[in-house]
Order: sequence, then structure tokens, then C-alpha cells
Amino acid sequence: MKDSNGAIKRMMIILSKGTLENVYAAFVLANGARMEGIDAEIFFTFFGLEAVHKKKLDHLHVATVGNPAMHIPTMLGGLPGMEALASTMMKKEMEKIDMPDVPEFLEILTASGVKLWACKLAMDMFHYTKDDLYEGVEDVITVGDYYNKSAGEGVHMLFI
Amino acid sequence: MDKIIEGKKITVNEEGFLKDFSEWDKSVAEAIAAEEEIVLTPRHWEVLEYLQEQHKSEVALSIRRIGKSGVLDIKEFYQLFPKAPLKTATKIAGIPKPASCI
Repeated sequence: MKDSNGAIKRMMIILSKGTLENVYAAFVLANGARMEGIDAEIFFTFFGLEAVHKKKLDHLHVATVGNPAMHIPTMLGGLPGMEALASTMMKKEMEKIDMPDVPEFLEILTASGVKLWACKLAMDMFHYTKDDLYEGVEDVITVGDYYNKSAGEGVHMLFI
Repeated sequence: MDKIIEGKKITVNEEGFLKDFSEWDKSVAEAIAAEEEIVLTPRHWEVLEYLQEQHKSEVALSIRRIGKSGVLDIKEFYQLFPKAPLKTATKIAGIPKPASCI
């Protein structure tokens, strides 16, 4: 702490969920770090991989079941079309506050120097190959690789 | 907080942003840029002028807007102002720090 004064130098984010609200949380945190001059990297694992899967990244939904903050009764949230409806509404609100959609956000992140990594174990589990992924993803790596990349002073890890 | 740049007294806030744009001129910009370890090139000036115009027309500045500006893309913005580009560039341009998360 002597030189850095405890300042954050790099955010190592792990995104394990594929719901729109969690993906946005990871993206906003990574982008917000870069805007403050802090480095940022994201490790996509399990359902988080959907955010960088070419065919899926533009079709992410918010969770309407098991999310009390949505204020939709669980029984209704489970009805067909509810997730799509809630997602469309959320996307409209996002556009109003100048929030980019997932494909555009990925472009912003890579242009801003955020490094994107895919988890090897999850890739194997879902039978994805590197070709399935958004081209801005640097590489498919193991959790051990990600820890090694996280070495250094002022580095913080965040699991979403 | 007062600051002396080129013999002129400039009022800045605790983060170093000018409080009054009328105190801004090119020598002030160069002095702030030097503190941020940036040497201003003609390309930097084009971007600074763009930011000032946007501020004058009361457009909220964000990284996304920069990308859509047609003036420069986000990658170049980070190349010109490597550390916290929006914050640094607006500080040099003498305009307030944008309250944007994106």
C-alpha cells in the first residue's frame, strides 16, 4: 500500500450469469473502470459465455422468475412470453438513458482496451468452440490462467 | 482552489476542473495537459474543440457519444488520452467532468 495508496489499478471481473441485468452489470463496471483510467478484464464462464456467444449475445433476457425486484408474481413471470416482454421493456428504458445494446457494448469494451477471456471448462461443457465466440474475445483460458493474469498490486477480483 | 498558470490565476475544483470557462485559453490547456503527461497535437485540439462545442450545445458527453461523433472513434480517444480519456480531455478543454457511467 505504500506507493499506491490503496488505489485500484485493475478490475478482474468474472461473469458467470447470462441474464441481461448481470451482463450489463459486468459491462458497466468494466467500462466504468476504463473511463477512470483503471484496467479491466472479464472472464466469461458458465452462462456468462452467452454474452460473448455470437448467436446468443443479442438475444439475452432479464429473469422474470425468482427475482422479487421485478415485482411480477412468480406464477405470472413463468408464463410464455413474459421474459421476452420484460426484456423488450428493459431494452427500451436502456436506450432512453443512452445505454448501448450488448453487441455495441462489446465493441465499446474492446475499443476501450478491456480484455475478454472465455473459460475453457465452460466452453467444453457447452461444446462451444472459439469460432462460436465474438471475435473480440482474446482466448479460451483456464481459471488458473486467469488467476495468473490477476497478479499485481491494486488488482481486485469481482464475481458476478 | 486557486492555481497559477502562466502567471494567471485560475479557479479549479478539487479534481482540477476549471470552474469558469472564461478563464480557459490554449496556454491553460497546455499546462493542464502537461500535468497529465500529454503533449497536445493538432489532433488533440480537434477533439478538444469538439468537446467544447458539445458542452456549449448542452449535449451530455459519454464514451458512447464519442464513438458516434464521427470525429474520432473510441480506440483513438484512448490513444490520444490514455488514462481516463473523457475525464482528462474535458479537464484540458476547461469544461465540467461529465457525470456519465457509460
